[in-house]
Amino acid sequence: MSELKLMKGNEALAEALIRVGADAYFGYPITPQSEVIEYLMTERPELRTGMVVLQAESEIAAINMVYGAASTGKKVLTSSSSPGISLKLEGISYLAGAELPAVIVNVVRGGPGLGTIQPSQADYFQSVKGGGHGDYKLYVLAPASVQEMADFVEDAFDIAFKYRAPVLILSDGVIGQMMEKVYLKEQVPRLTNEELIEKYGSWAVTGKTKGRERNIITSLDLQSEKMEARVRHLMKKYEQMEQEDMRYEKIQCDDAEYLIVAYGSSARISQKTVELARKKGIKVGLLRPITLFPYPKKPLMDLTPQLKGILSVELNAGQMIEDVQLSVEFKVPVAHFGRTGGVIHTPEEILEALQQKINNTWN
Amino acid sequence: MELIDIIRPENQVFCKTKLMTDIPLSYCPGCGHGTAHNIVMEVIDEMGIVEDTIGVAPVGCSVLAYDFMNIDITQAAHGRAPAVATAISRIWPEKYVFTYQGDGDLAAIGTGETIHACNRGENIVIVFVNNGIYGMTGGQMAPTTLPNMPSSTSPYGRDTTTMGFPLKMTELVANLPGVYFVSRQSVHTHKHARKAKKAIEKAFENTRLKKGLSFVEIVSNCNSGWKMTPIESNIWMEENMFPYFPLGDIKVDGILK
Amino acid sequence: MTEEIIIAGFGGQGVLSMGKILAYSGIMQNQEVSWMPSYGPEMRGGTANVTVILSDERISSPYLRVFDTAIILNQQSMDKFEEMVRPGGTLIYDPNGIIQHPTRTDIDIFQIAANSLSIEMGNKKIFNMIVLGAFLKIRPIVLLDNVIEGLKKSLPERYHDLIPLNKQAITKGMESVTQHIVKETTVS
Ligand SMILES: Cc1ncc(C[n+]2csc(CCOP(=O)(O)OP(=O)(O)O)c2C)c(N)n1
Ligand code: SF4
Repeated sequence: MSELKLMKGNEALAEALIRVGADAYFGYPITPQSEVIEYLMTERPELRTGMVVLQAESEIAAINMVYGAASTGKKVLTSSSSPGISLKLEGISYLAGAELPAVIVNVVRGGPGLGTIQPSQADYFQSVKGGGHGDYKLYVLAPASVQEMADFVEDAFDIAFKYRAPVLILSDGVIGQMMEKVYLKEQVPRLTNEELIEKYGSWAVTGKTKGRERNIITSLDLQSEKMEARVRHLMKKYEQMEQEDMRYEKIQCDDAEYLIVAYGSSARISQKTVELARKKGIKVGLLRPITLFPYPKKPLMDLTPQLKGILSVELNAGQMIEDVQLSVEFKVPVAHFGRTGGVIHTPEEILEALQQKINNTWN
Repeated sequence: MELIDIIRPENQVFCKTKLMTDIPLSYCPGCGHGTAHNIVMEVIDEMGIVEDTIGVAPVGCSVLAYDFMNIDITQAAHGRAPAVATAISRIWPEKYVFTYQGDGDLAAIGTGETIHACNRGENIVIVFVNNGIYGMTGGQMAPTTLPNMPSSTSPYGRDTTTMGFPLKMTELVANLPGVYFVSRQSVHTHKHARKAKKAIEKAFENTRLKKGLSFVEIVSNCNSGWKMTPIESNIWMEENMFPYFPLGDIKVDGILK
Repeated sequence: MTEEIIIAGFGGQGVLSMGKILAYSGIMQNQEVSWMPSYGPEMRGGTANVTVILSDERISSPYLRVFDTAIILNQQSMDKFEEMVRPGGTLIYDPNGIIQHPTRTDIDIFQIAANSLSIEMGNKKIFNMIVLGAFLKIRPIVLLDNVIEGLKKSLPERYHDLIPLNKQAITKGMESVTQHIVKETTVS
């Protein structure tokens, strides 16, 4: 039985975290995501499920607390917003290098620097192109509704444990702050320590018992050949993610001559643009990447024969457009539209940009 | 006496601090940040050192200090002001360099930078405004939040068994040999503000004499974060903050009191 | 049916909670809803606004520039949002503190003196409920029963004894709203 509630995206994520049976949350306040830790502190999950919630002294401390909890096989999540995520990047690189399952949430605000607290999607490059140092990738989920803020917590942990890899939920100030209807799943009990050891005892540091080799969590390999093997192993995982766990959604694409590609809040806003355009007889569809890595390259490529132009709509100065261009191998002209600095584009603005492209260059 | 006589310069008893800009303060009415800004600017003005002063603003409500303080200011990342100030003072040893930081900035995310700048005895002034809460982000628990004090991330009051105790950064840094002067003051009454101003004067004087680090804490209110009226918050501060964070000099001329 | 609403005024006027009650009421009658607030320091004593959408279908953009209805409670918001009402739409405002009254003739414009009514009723906190009543009279998109259910959902239990007072305020708003400008019928 699921429960229907009206919640903010940030609150829905926090409630879902308790309900999936997570073991711990570590975070540091920052707008526009402070509701996550505020909600958890109010809900007292330590009484509901025994989950640990701690306000760290900084984002650096928080991500390293995540590293610690994840090394022991526990289900752990941290959330922050752009400047805080920048601080977490060292830790995220370590999580990837040490092959630890963990979920990181970024409720993006405008940058660079201290920037603004208003919504933005300017952390696309940081999220999908590495961000931290070294050869690694994050599996990146981009929720576009409050429901997905809740649902993706479970999905993210599934992927994190399937691959033993960090997963990023890339949200933004719109999705985090708005309220919508959300159906919350029933409480899943937390794993007992025995169950955890049974499942993850082969790698997690839980105390060396008789009859098994000791477990070591590290991202260090001083021998280059060994380090290279480690990197190759990581790359294999990312290939498997591309084959098995890429996700996207298509809206009104069947007869589309033009396509908007947008994720998260931009996808929601662009959906309205599609409605407005269709009323004017413009055949436009929307492709919404749900995972930003792995990127829906093939679905995009498959659409190219019918398309005259693609508009990449993002709340930034043009970042995802590069992946759109690579996906369609430059076979279709691709343009970017997006407001920056925390200004949110409106459905009408996007439509205007689209019409201009259609009239001036795509005909 | 005619009006014109009353407003003669020699009859003036108070004027706007010269080094404050005309931009309206963005602080909540009743907040201590405004007075703290004022006295720092008065000291710089009265010492005639504005041309040789470089300020470092934090991330917190006073992130906008650069809008109000009419001096050269650089704005640092959250918690990093002491590191930024270190570099400036090392490269410009003849300058007066000061940071102005809140408790989240100085005593949580910036603990490392604070302790190490103090430990190196950098020739800077640190003005530390302790209001026991994160004002800017909407009233979350700070390292200096009092036991059992509610905040948005300690809604049932700070539970010291899981959230630790209020951090007395000022006493902590006073024990470091590099730190020359440490004082804790407040600005909620004229009398207190005058004392605080004296302490800040002494701090800048120490910089002039190249004595090392001077650390002035100002225990202040955050009426919005505490969810009180300004007057209630000042009474609450006297009754609850001062016993935990007692006012007065803690280290003078390198000697602990 | 889809109704796209902006509610805008000062922080502290209950703008956000009024939007929340409306959203809850929509849920009570099985609609899709979204509630998108302005947030951050601009709310510290400044303006606050919220976009509320109630619809029988999946809601696309939660963020809009064109609205079916604007509920406007201060001058800054009037300056910003009057022009964003779609032709043929509705504007409801409290004349208290308004210097430049709305002038558009392609929309219906209503006044509700909620501020003075709330003072008359001896409780400034019910200001937003009077406004809500006015809105519901003009745009009866949710049933009063569902609003009361919505109120129950959005108020913590300990405040449930205030529900009759809120209901009274809503009724007062319904009775007191007056038309300021009737849209010219040339707009079809
Ligand atoms: C890296 C990073 N993390 C978090 C924040 C969000 N943030 C801004 S100000 C602040 C705390 C402010 O509290 P304090 O230093 O006590 O100053 P006050 O506002 O109370 O004066 C936080 C956590 C940020 N800007 N950057
Ligand atoms: S939130 Fe608190 S610290 Fe910030 S300006 Fe308001 S009263 Fe001052």
